[in-house]
Amino acid sequence: MRLNCPLCGPRDRREFYYFGSEDYLNRPAPDALEEAWDEHLHLRANPAGITKDLWYHEGGCSSWLLVTRSTVTHEVHSVERVADRNGAQS
Amino acid sequence: MPELIAKPSLDGQGPLTLVGTTLAPVSLGPITSIAPFPGQIKAADKAFKPLGLTFPAPGTTAAKGAARMVWTGPDQAFLIGTEPPALAGIAAITDQSGGWSALRLSGPRSADVLARLCPVDFRPSSFKSGQSARAQLGHMNAVFWVEDDAIMILTFRSMAQTAWDECAHALTALAARASLGA
Repeated sequence: MRLNCPLCGPRDRREFYYFGSEDYLNRPAPDALEEAWDEHLHLRANPAGITKDLWYHEGGCSSWLLVTRSTVTHEVHSVERVADRNGAQS
Repeated sequence: MPELIAKPSLDGQGPLTLVGTTLAPVSLGPITSIAPFPGQIKAADKAFKPLGLTFPAPGTTAAKGAARMVWTGPDQAFLIGTEPPALAGIAAITDQSGGWSALRLSGPRSADVLARLCPVDFRPSSFKSGQSARAQLGHMNAVFWVEDDAIMILTFRSMAQTAWDECAHALTALAARASLGA
């Protein structure tokens, strides 16, 4: 498996650290209900098909990456830097 | 004030040449991390103009004489071989001189040595002069760039001996195979 890092180009999987679902990017408001926090921290979909998750380019440029891939075909559709997304703070 | 004596990270280590390929420790002089504040890359370019350098785009280097800038990460580059200009309000600068150890790998089998250690293609056809990469050397994080047809390798100084051993071992094994005609 290779991921096409927007800064470093295509790199081997061993350079990347898997963090988890992109749900971690969508943090509930601090005063949100307990259910919302429970869902944010613990409940994950397990889709057959397109899934989005966060990877860290540990052995390369140290960017957090949002990877869109298919769990059925193992195809990687897109890799973008979390820092480049709209609303990201640099 | 006590007088401190700067010692090379691989003190006394001579170069190793096998199959026309040389692995050598090098001393790069001052190394400074330059991290421009948000939106300040143009201002940084201006500040580096007197040195004949620009802030390098991702995966590239800029060089002028002994001074060079090597991209080392998002919004970060290392200025090597010279002291930084005044950058107050433009960039965060940190002296990294004592924190890194450099190796120079030159000769026809350089890319083959690194192919045993690193998941990046360092053949001259894909890693050319003016390019830099952050990648792993074995299990160590390292910075690579091309200079005068040689591959420069920067690793944490605390891992200098490991980096040397990994590269020397790979080069020795390569030479052993070559002697068998493989």
